[in-house]
Amino acid sequence: MLGLEKKDFRLLLVVIGLTLFAPIILNPFPAGSEMAQFNAGYPDLMQRFVIFGIFAIGFNILFGLTGYLSFGHAAFLGVGSYSAVWMFKLLSMNVLPAIILSVIIAGLFSLVIGYISLRRSGIYFSILTLAFAQMSFALAYSVLTPITGGETGLQLALDDPRILGAAQTASGNIPVPALFGLEMRASYELNIGAWSFTFNTGYYLAAVMLVLAFYLAIRIFRSPFGLMLRAIKSNQTRMSYTGLNSRPYTLAAFVISGMYAGLAGGLMASMDPLAGAERMQWTASGEVVLMTILGGAGTLIGPVLGAGMIKYFENIFSKINGQVLHDWFGFLPGGLEDFVVTIIYPFVGKGWHLTLGIVFMLVVIYLPGGLVQGGQKILAALRRTKTDDANPGASKPAE
Amino acid sequence: MSKSNFSRRGVLKTGAIAGAGLALPTYLRADSHTGFTNAPGASEVVLGFNVPQTGPYADEGADELRAYELAVEHLNGGGDGGMLSTFSSKVLDGTGILGREVKYVTGDTQTKSDAARASARSMIEKDGAIMITGGSSSGVAVAVQALCQEAGVIFMAGLTHSNDTTGKDKRANGFRHFFNSYMSGAALAPVLAAQYGTDRKAYHLTADYNWGYTTEEAVRSSTEALGWETVNAVKTPLTQTDFSSYIAPVLNSGADVLVLNHYGGNMVNSLTNAVQFGLRQAQANGKQFEIVVPLYSELMARGAGENIAGILGSQNWDWKLENEKGARYSGTNAFVKSFGEKYGFPPSQAAHTTYVQTLLYADAVTRAGSFNPCAVVEALEGFEFDGLGSGPTLYRADDHQCFKDVVVVRGKENPENEFDLVEIVEVTPVDQVTYDPEHPQFAGGALGTCNPGA
Amino acid sequence: MDQFILQILNGLDKGSAYALIALGLTLIFGTLGVVNFAHGALFMLGSFCAVTLSKFLSLSHKIVDETRTDFLGNPMEVDVPYVHDWFGVAAGDAIIDWAVPLSLIFAIPIMIGIGYVMERGLIKHFYKRPHADQILVTFGLAIVIQEIVKYYYGANPIPTPAPSAFKGSFDFGVLVGFDANAIIYPYWRLVYFFFSLVIIGAVFAFLRFTTFGMVVRAGMADRETVGLLGIDIDKRFTIMFGIAAAVAGLAGVMYVPINPPNYHMGMDFLVLSFVVVVVGGMGSLPGAVAAGFLLGILESFASTSWAVSNLPGINQVIIYLVAIIILLTRPRGLMGRKGVMEE
Repeated sequence: MLGLEKKDFRLLLVVIGLTLFAPIILNPFPAGSEMAQFNAGYPDLMQRFVIFGIFAIGFNILFGLTGYLSFGHAAFLGVGSYSAVWMFKLLSMNVLPAIILSVIIAGLFSLVIGYISLRRSGIYFSILTLAFAQMSFALAYSVLTPITGGETGLQLALDDPRILGAAQTASGNIPVPALFGLEMRASYELNIGAWSFTFNTGYYLAAVMLVLAFYLAIRIFRSPFGLMLRAIKSNQTRMSYTGLNSRPYTLAAFVISGMYAGLAGGLMASMDPLAGAERMQWTASGEVVLMTILGGAGTLIGPVLGAGMIKYFENIFSKINGQVLHDWFGFLPGGLEDFVVTIIYPFVGKGWHLTLGIVFMLVVIYLPGGLVQGGQKILAALRRTKTDDANPGASKPAE
Repeated sequence: MSKSNFSRRGVLKTGAIAGAGLALPTYLRADSHTGFTNAPGASEVVLGFNVPQTGPYADEGADELRAYELAVEHLNGGGDGGMLSTFSSKVLDGTGILGREVKYVTGDTQTKSDAARASARSMIEKDGAIMITGGSSSGVAVAVQALCQEAGVIFMAGLTHSNDTTGKDKRANGFRHFFNSYMSGAALAPVLAAQYGTDRKAYHLTADYNWGYTTEEAVRSSTEALGWETVNAVKTPLTQTDFSSYIAPVLNSGADVLVLNHYGGNMVNSLTNAVQFGLRQAQANGKQFEIVVPLYSELMARGAGENIAGILGSQNWDWKLENEKGARYSGTNAFVKSFGEKYGFPPSQAAHTTYVQTLLYADAVTRAGSFNPCAVVEALEGFEFDGLGSGPTLYRADDHQCFKDVVVVRGKENPENEFDLVEIVEVTPVDQVTYDPEHPQFAGGALGTCNPGA
Repeated sequence: MDQFILQILNGLDKGSAYALIALGLTLIFGTLGVVNFAHGALFMLGSFCAVTLSKFLSLSHKIVDETRTDFLGNPMEVDVPYVHDWFGVAAGDAIIDWAVPLSLIFAIPIMIGIGYVMERGLIKHFYKRPHADQILVTFGLAIVIQEIVKYYYGANPIPTPAPSAFKGSFDFGVLVGFDANAIIYPYWRLVYFFFSLVIIGAVFAFLRFTTFGMVVRAGMADRETVGLLGIDIDKRFTIMFGIAAAVAGLAGVMYVPINPPNYHMGMDFLVLSFVVVVVGGMGSLPGAVAAGFLLGILESFASTSWAVSNLPGINQVIIYLVAIIILLTRPRGLMGRKGVMEE
């Protein structure tokens, strides 16, 4: 269906289902309960999940298929956000033109950088992309401040010369990004018993984009073009002996993945109209590399899982402070409570980095294929216990 | 088990909707019965403390967090009440804010505008925070301030020193108690002229981003007005760790004063390097060579160690203020006492400003009789108060900047411990650091109108 | 002219730090083929060896001094270092003063040990894994190391000065006939420069003139053949890893007086050191050293006010700009070997 094999179609359906019901799935604990701390179903984080998912899917098209490890992909995301915010400032608060422009600009930017960087391969390629991205960051933070806002980031102002649409709302505030009047920040709240679910417009726009991006990624993975890219990964020398010039293919993959990054950047600016230079720093580029490897490089769903995991730690674990811990373990007798809190405290709140580092190491040591492999192992184990005739072939990775 | 209904939804749950088991769609933005975002329930109110907990400013963030916890304790009637007893406004009585117990959530800004906004949004969207406060850099403050304006909550800035926070990037929902670059320049210049003479040639090293630019401009214009000459001004990258190549040419440039417009790690390293190159001992133009650091921070001074000896700079506040400069700065000792007894060392200026901001917010809500951001803005605008450690202070309505005395300090030659590294040279009275709201260094930008969300 | 010499001197000094870090990294990365994102953390650990020793030497007990009061008005507690008790005040102060050079002695075995444990416990399992997995695991390790250091030492930089004999600077310019103050250079930076030359020389000599070094070099070139000859190359690689960790650590120890260390300093150097190694060329030790000095000198020139005022922002991007130019004109960096990490 939709030009997909049955297996891929099922995967797409799973992704559609997950994104559609994410506000419910991510809020498994009743609001107000002690466990509500672990709920991730609020608009900002859900938007981040899908936006970084898109970013990682795009990165995986380059890295997972061709093996070219770009260490400067955050630059395209940053350029995308800057173009989107400029679009808000100059044209209109409608997110559509902003997103389109950010994809185009990021595409052009990646065409230039890709054209130059792809003259080298392996580590030399990685360092070239890193160098370009670091230059973009350094300049955006400093001398390009008039264009990028520098340290404070590029943001909207009350006197923006917006061609279509007013500079200010009737109440004298800056208008918010919207899709034909549908505000990105608008949410419906659904309360069922003790549970509370938030359905956010911006999230669903980003989710639709994610599904489209995912669908396109499947098509690329399964196309002759995708096959060609894999051939480049497995043996580029042999490819060139057959008389094929691989550069156009890798460049195309590079530009496509740059446009994915631009889409993610444009969406990020649409959800929250500010573009900061840190988005382009090497740590941000490194983050998408980590997301992809953590989830499972070369698999379709892996990068999305990796993105979700890192963003979850960043946003949920960092907010668990001493007070929260004492609330959780308040039922324990005094001495024991303090002891448990002391044990856990270094790993949460300001220690969330530590937990993340440990998770990285554990995943890569025990799950060489990333989180996807972990999922497969669990599925395989479940199947074995359910039906005795385990069929390892059937649980073969959905890529 | 202690029950903590952190989020606004938790509070709602205990209300009419609880246990209904029905799907009751509500429109989040239209808490129309209250008319503003995240209206607190009847029993608690949630504040969001957004401070750097990872990265180079983590220690400063930790100090801010200590002060916030202390402020919450005092607002809820715990501890010795700290500055509540010295504060000129007497409406806070230790029963929380408007009878609601104060709860708080914390987040990590990572000193990145993106991460800070993500953290603040999660506080607003998930935890129902009615006010966001904190931060240790101007980039973060400006970014979060704009977010709070958009979301319709109050932002009480933490440590942010750039002119832009209450200049070109000011917002109606945002307030700053901390001083700024202009005030540093205005406070420092007369002291510099008195100590080092009016015939000086300055060499500026400036961090290459917004805060650096405004600080350099402020210090340059105030010192040049007193007769100093600026020989050169070189911008240094934020990511620079070794400043030797910037410091080395200074001695031979004809300058006799080096101004380091750096903060945090940049400041620690550039100052250390400058002292390494012997600038403190050097003679130039027949005078003793001097180094100036416009914005001092106790924590960073600790990082620079003995290198800060004899270096002049400015501070928002210092814990020795009341002891040395008298009762005008009442509140200082009360705060130092409760902070010191709880944590074992004296508070930093970052801790002071965040503590005061929390009290000021609580006080404004109580005086306004409402959590509505617009009512709070109205209560804070033009508010004159005293007894919070900095002497008589005005929250100016035009730009939401506090006007108060500025402390000029010098690094001690022989500090007794790591918390007592600076000595107070002079306290510059508020009149000397007050400027016109339309001053060119603050031009271009508008407060707009308060946004209650809704 | 004096400014020119000054910046050359500066660049050599900056470059010596880059070269040392890159030398250690290239032993692991360029030759063992492991993308080691924890290398910056090793550098940082070296720095904290010095910090720990100086803290350790200043360990003290408290004496209540009734004549003075602390900030809360209570009688003040004064710290008295144990070394004062043991060796007397003067000798004790001298020992504390020399903490940084003294910690070199401790840092070598500690860093070799850390390198050994790291290789045996973790890296060894990743030689055959994809580079991506190496990145993830070493990055995770780097974060864990950093956070542990942060837990004990906080995030703030910790001032750890050089011995007072090396404080201050001397007027180099007067020696060679320039005006006073024209070329002034701090003693400790000169110490660092010569120290780095010694270390670089020692590593090169070790690899060139010892049988062990010869075997390792052969192993780098063709690991399998050397293994077939019945030589336990794995064990030697473990030792090489330890040496690389020690080189990074020593670079860190001696760097402490130049800039106060914090838990984050490794990450600040990490990207730079990868750039240096790759610009030098994969698999080439002389390349890494040469690139370190080259980039240090160019960075120094780019930060002169003449350069910054004529090309705004050049000081922000010089390293990366040079890297791009070199990699585009010389496919394998300055002295890279063919086929190392090119696929």
